[in-house]
Amino acid sequence: MLYRDALNLALDYAMEHDPRVVVLGEDVGFYGGNYRVTDGLYVKYGPKRVIDTPIAENSIVGTAIGMALMGLRPVAEIMTVNFAMLAMDQFVNQMAKLRYMSGGKLFLPLVVRMPQGVAKQLASQHSQSLEHFFASVPGLYVFCASDSISAYHGLLHAIRMDDPVVFLEHVLLYGMDFPSEYVKNFDPFKARILKEGKDITVVSYLKMVHDTLKACEWLEERDGISCEVIDLISLRPIDFETIYESVRKTHRLVVVYEAPKTLGLGAELSARISEELFYYLDAPPLRIAGEEVPIPYNRKLELMAIPTPEKIYERILSWSKSHGL
Amino acid sequence: MSQTLAEKFYYLMKLGREFEIRCKEEYLKGNISGFLHLAIGEEAVHVGAVVGFGKGDLFCPYREHVLALARGIDPKLIMAELFGKATGVSKGKGGSMHLYEPKMDFYGGNAIVAAHLPHAVGAAYARKLMGERAGVLCIFGDGATNNGTFFEAINMASLWEVPMLFLCENNYYAIGTHVNRSSALKDIYLKARDYMPAEVVDGMDVFAVYEAVVKAKQYIEEYGKPYFIEAHTYRFEGHSMADKGDYRSPRELEMFRKKDPIDLLLKKAYKEGWLTEEQVRLIDQKVEAVVEEAVEFALSSPEPSEEELYTDLYCGVCSDVIP
Ligand SMILES: Cc1ncc(C[n+]2csc(CCOP(=O)(O)OP(=O)(O)O)c2C)c(N)n1
Repeated sequence: MLYRDALNLALDYAMEHDPRVVVLGEDVGFYGGNYRVTDGLYVKYGPKRVIDTPIAENSIVGTAIGMALMGLRPVAEIMTVNFAMLAMDQFVNQMAKLRYMSGGKLFLPLVVRMPQGVAKQLASQHSQSLEHFFASVPGLYVFCASDSISAYHGLLHAIRMDDPVVFLEHVLLYGMDFPSEYVKNFDPFKARILKEGKDITVVSYLKMVHDTLKACEWLEERDGISCEVIDLISLRPIDFETIYESVRKTHRLVVVYEAPKTLGLGAELSARISEELFYYLDAPPLRIAGEEVPIPYNRKLELMAIPTPEKIYERILSWSKSHGL
Repeated sequence: MSQTLAEKFYYLMKLGREFEIRCKEEYLKGNISGFLHLAIGEEAVHVGAVVGFGKGDLFCPYREHVLALARGIDPKLIMAELFGKATGVSKGKGGSMHLYEPKMDFYGGNAIVAAHLPHAVGAAYARKLMGERAGVLCIFGDGATNNGTFFEAINMASLWEVPMLFLCENNYYAIGTHVNRSSALKDIYLKARDYMPAEVVDGMDVFAVYEAVVKAKQYIEEYGKPYFIEAHTYRFEGHSMADKGDYRSPRELEMFRKKDPIDLLLKKAYKEGWLTEEQVRLIDQKVEAVVEEAVEFALSSPEPSEEELYTDLYCGVCSDVIP
């Protein structure tokens, strides 16, 4: 099933079963969604529940908060994460804080979905990965869907939750076809081990999961290096236990992500591993991430700015060699 | 006067049209990538406004090829930018939505809706503070006027009395959403009217746009205050190459195609005797040559070098004025 169809199915299912679920965002209704995630919902549920908003990100998130306070279960779409920057007050000062500041009296059953990441030559203002902006804020949950299963189950779970969830998708995943199966008792807080291995623990999320899997296949075939690949489907909270357990076995940690390296998820994971499992480690943690630049338009430079399967492969290989693997 | 203007308008609008038709072809060939927003159908607004405004700073949205051409930026450098080449106006780092040429007071396209409005207000403030009169021209769509930033900008422009023209190109759609479904006020100029003089103009008629902008410019220069124009126009293509535009009825499209701004200009120019068929033929030839030359230049230009990935992030110098 296509990733976008899995998201659509989750929205459709939730709307069908709970009349409090509403969808809002730019072009989500009549037009069917910029990435067609909400296609068909407008016809099925009508303009009162599938709400086309003006280009007003701050107020899209803000009104969704108001709706949630009154007991609706809004699922807002921000067209891309780049435009979520216009709504940071609502995300950080409002959404993340209202429940805590009210001493637990307020409930915010609300989801904001949005894609992020590098697609193809969309230039600096349309290519960002900003997960760490959200994942650093207590009071938010941050989910990441890397395939159709985590898209469907993760989104449905997020809609069921009585807390605010930032739901991150990746622009390049929408058109990708993934195996689909119904997972009973899907747990969005549990990181997924996508491939077992004994030499290196490689942690990633969103689209980089697939580039990582490819690189790790090559490492295994060509170099006999066995990687355990972990997919973080939640970035807040992070399922550290699954990572620790894996590193206790492999003694090595690699983190792969698309955002610039500095102060990204890799910094957090490396620090935690160093704090908790220092004496287990056979090598310093390795971060494979984006360069410290905005994403340029030119394709050659764009590909230089982010990890690719080839780069992930080479970086892991040379790092393994220099650390005695 | 009208004769030379008609010739200038026809050249720039035809250049804009042919340039963008070629962009579309080159996009389909894979030479141009990313988001490509075409202004086909909106040339009268872009050309009329830039020519009418004359001297002054320009702040534009992502649909800015024709604005850049009208400002006089070399078509070769624009095409090379769209091809992502080192010779492009932004060295291949910006692409279609990010053309900048401060030497010509052209402060770019912007890919974030309405984000350039406060830039324009600040720029106009600065120009005034520095004793300059020319002011700032800021262009944006109907959709942009629903964003909080828009309301903040018109308030501050009015409060600070900055010399600036807000020009809304109302093409009725923000991607797939019609303005009637996104704006509580259907007449967009009404959103600004309580803050500054505001009027509506037929954006398919380049002379009408030109005259309105010239008048606005006089006001801006004389009083040093902001002015608002809403120009009604239409984009004949989808929002970008990624959008087919099929949410619009064929009848609606047909209706607007009948008002093609280039046809309208020619009709008027022939009637008034401002242009002859021979002149038009010569201009067409020139346009064809200029577009061809731009593509050849772009094709034969080098890609940026790998080091370019890390350059231009900071300039790394300090002011030599402050002791
Ligand atoms: C802040 C922000 N939100 C959303 C978008 C996505 N987007 C790009 S163009 C556009 C429509 C803009 O419509 P309008 O202002 O009428 O300009 P037009 O493209 O019609 O000229 C949208 C929603 C964006 N680029 N920036």
